[in-house]
Amino acid sequence: MTTAHIVIVGAGQGGLQAAVSLRQEGHSGPITLIGAEQHLPYQRPPLSKDYLKTGEADALRLRPQSFFDDQNITLLLGCKVTQIDRAAQRVVHENGTLGYDHLILATGTRNLRPPIPGLDRALDLRTLDDAGALRKAMTEAQSVAIIGGGFIGLEFAAVARGLGLEVTVAEAALRLMARVVSQAMSERFLAMHRDMGTTVLLGAPVTEVTDTGIVLASGETVSADLVVLAAGVRPNSELAAEAGLETENGVRTDAQLLTSDPMISALGDCAAFPDPATGLLVRLESVQAATDHARLIARRLAKKTPDSYAAVPWFWSNQGDSKLQIAGFAIPEHDEVSREDGAVLRFAGEVLSAVETVNDPRTHMMARKLLASGAPPTRDKLKSQGYQVSST
Amino acid sequence: MVKVTYIQPDGSETTVDAAAGESVMQVALNNNIAGIIAECGGSMACATCHVYVAEDWLGKTGSRSESEEDMLDCAASEMKETSRLSCQITLTEAHDGLRVHVPEEQV
Repeated sequence: MTTAHIVIVGAGQGGLQAAVSLRQEGHSGPITLIGAEQHLPYQRPPLSKDYLKTGEADALRLRPQSFFDDQNITLLLGCKVTQIDRAAQRVVHENGTLGYDHLILATGTRNLRPPIPGLDRALDLRTLDDAGALRKAMTEAQSVAIIGGGFIGLEFAAVARGLGLEVTVAEAALRLMARVVSQAMSERFLAMHRDMGTTVLLGAPVTEVTDTGIVLASGETVSADLVVLAAGVRPNSELAAEAGLETENGVRTDAQLLTSDPMISALGDCAAFPDPATGLLVRLESVQAATDHARLIARRLAKKTPDSYAAVPWFWSNQGDSKLQIAGFAIPEHDEVSREDGAVLRFAGEVLSAVETVNDPRTHMMARKLLASGAPPTRDKLKSQGYQVSST
Repeated sequence: MVKVTYIQPDGSETTVDAAAGESVMQVALNNNIAGIIAECGGSMACATCHVYVAEDWLGKTGSRSESEEDMLDCAASEMKETSRLSCQITLTEAHDGLRVHVPEEQV
């Protein structure tokens, strides 16, 4: 199937990696990469970090135009796909239609916009254009209120504080990053942000955005020149759902990352796939999942290898001087063990599910290796190997 | 203009043009050099842009930071004295002719 036409919808890091890996794995047929944004594929993680400080958009670009020309990858930018016609194996976009032999959905996510009155006054931080607009707005603002205390909101808070703005973070949950880190890590970052001079409000859902700031459920108001929305994302799975593909918190795939249509794969932030460790359907918002998915799909299409996805998830978040790294994947219900060296081990019952570290790349990398090596280690096994597995 | 040569484990070489200010990682990606994955885009979060700097260039590419060393120590291919994360080498005019070896494995 080396002459097959592979169409990739979504030109983020995952979609781009799929195109790159298809060529590296020897696919010689046509590849079309369709992106809704006008920009060449770029990295999103720095948008809430370095980019806000430097404004250097070129540094974010994943590949130059010449790369696509050399590799014979057709780029359709600023082009929105409006429909998948599965019976005819073609996608419909704003300027026409395009047939495919295999379709890869890499549509990513969009900002969750809760039904809060006045929310249109808040700026998003999702795309390069969002970040550019935000960067400009920051130069004229003295104070900023951030709706949401997850990775993006907190990364942005640290940058804004570093630039001297007065910063308030309003988080609806009772702790920071509650969905993705342990209680201990939430507390550690709460203290760090408060030390930086950021006002962090917990259990503080926002009920209105006004011209002068935000209103909280308690009735309290926070005045701010600028309001930033960072309250999580939703998968862009409507295109798939309208085409009759199975969706469940994202585009549902099997272990090979095939959707319910064998001519269509899905990857990255928009894909709900079986977690290799538990078999449960998960959807991860990370560069790692997007690129590892892309490589697996490319190998399957170019080399016909029917491998199941088995990569260990990992995440990072730079907030001020603290570089948080997570190896593995834990849900809030998992136990946590705080070690003396600052690492937090997470356990699903007796089995290690994740390791959280701050400014400790060595432990992070060792944890990734540990989690990747066959059966996930149990508390007893770790203990016998000299790991500290009970709280201090 | 700075020329950088990437040498694959099988000995094959690719020499490409780069600009001062670019990283050895970015130049590799721009030119589709096999074996430089650079998952995290230069954030020192992944150790998949590992290279071995040719010995006669070692003195000119600076030294490894502690974090870089920690990441390299756990990289997929063995860390040697010449190991660097290519995202951490920013090219200057003085690097014209730089030669780096791509390791067998990155992930």
